[in-house]
Amino acid sequence: MPKLPFDAVVEAHGATVLRVCRAVLGPVDADDAWSETFLAALKAYPALPADANVQAWLVTIAHRKAVDVVRATARRATPTSELPDTAPAPAADDPDPDLADCVARLAPKQRQVVAYHYLAGLPYADVATLVGGSAAAARRAGADGIAALRTSYPGLNATTGAPR
Amino acid sequence: MTIDDDLTRDHLVGCLTFAHPATADHLEALRTRLAAAAQAAGTLDVAYRTVDTPVGPLLLAATEQGLVRVAYAREDHDAVLQALSVRISPRILRSSVRLEETTRELEEYFDGRRHSFDVALDWRLSAGFRREVLHHLPEITYGATASYAAVAALTGSPKAVRAVGTACATNPLPVVVPCHRVVRADGALGGYLGGVDAKRTLLALEAAA
Repeated sequence: MPKLPFDAVVEAHGATVLRVCRAVLGPVDADDAWSETFLAALKAYPALPADANVQAWLVTIAHRKAVDVVRATARRATPTSELPDTAPAPAADDPDPDLADCVARLAPKQRQVVAYHYLAGLPYADVATLVGGSAAAARRAGADGIAALRTSYPGLNATTGAPR
Repeated sequence: MTIDDDLTRDHLVGCLTFAHPATADHLEALRTRLAAAAQAAGTLDVAYRTVDTPVGPLLLAATEQGLVRVAYAREDHDAVLQALSVRISPRILRSSVRLEETTRELEEYFDGRRHSFDVALDWRLSAGFRREVLHHLPEITYGATASYAAVAALTGSPKAVRAVGTACATNPLPVVVPCHRVVRADGALGGYLGGVDAKRTLLALEAAA
């Protein structure tokens, strides 16, 4: 199958990558991370194998760009290479910041795993490659993250977690 | 992912989308910003947009060198973009950054105020004799027509009438490179890659202006 025009890639994955960036970084820095991600992806796109998993490739780039954004922010503030404990405050015009706030309050690794596994659909093995540690550890972080979200945001229980 | 994961994902995406709508407007603004950054970085190999015209929506595509493709809707714009991706580069973004002048000149043309186009053209999608034929087409005066045989004579190959027809049928830059002014010797319109109705519309527009 011939490679799609890059514009079709943006069309297909732009919204998902933005959700991932927002979950990992919060809404303020997410736009920068999204832009950096797709700019880097555009540059590298001709060399991407035609059968590659494009979404996983984009999320990998987004992860690196998110780390860059955090480092740049940290250089301006207190020195740390870790993701912040809480993401920046949601935008003022946010209609319902609750879940985004809850995601922002997750431990950094949980937040990343929830974003990469649950929002972007990466298998835990791939998530572990990105965030470090084993696939089993990533799975635990994801389960803990979702459990924490279910506690802090009861709305998430509405259709999930119930016996079927 | 497991079925449970899928359900959680769907619900999480639903709640987060509600909390932070990745609205069409917001994504559109990000895409505009991306195209500008790519243009600045030199990685925007093909920029494209569509414009509404009296002959239907036209797809316009430009490389750094100039306008490289004009396509009618009946050519299937998605298929045209896919072909550009293969022939030129997959680094394609929707953006008007390089197409403002072309858009303006087309507006003037369809208003009857412009008789020839001044934008830079990238001829890479046409080669050999076909390209030579296309280079001669702007010599046909606005509002006039020429037969396939007359165009063959212009190229210095008077017997290449059929090849002139092929060159016109595969013109990557219709409207701007006026293959619509080439008609049959008996006065019939002949074929047109944008459809005979489009050819009739363009010739009527030029005759009236």
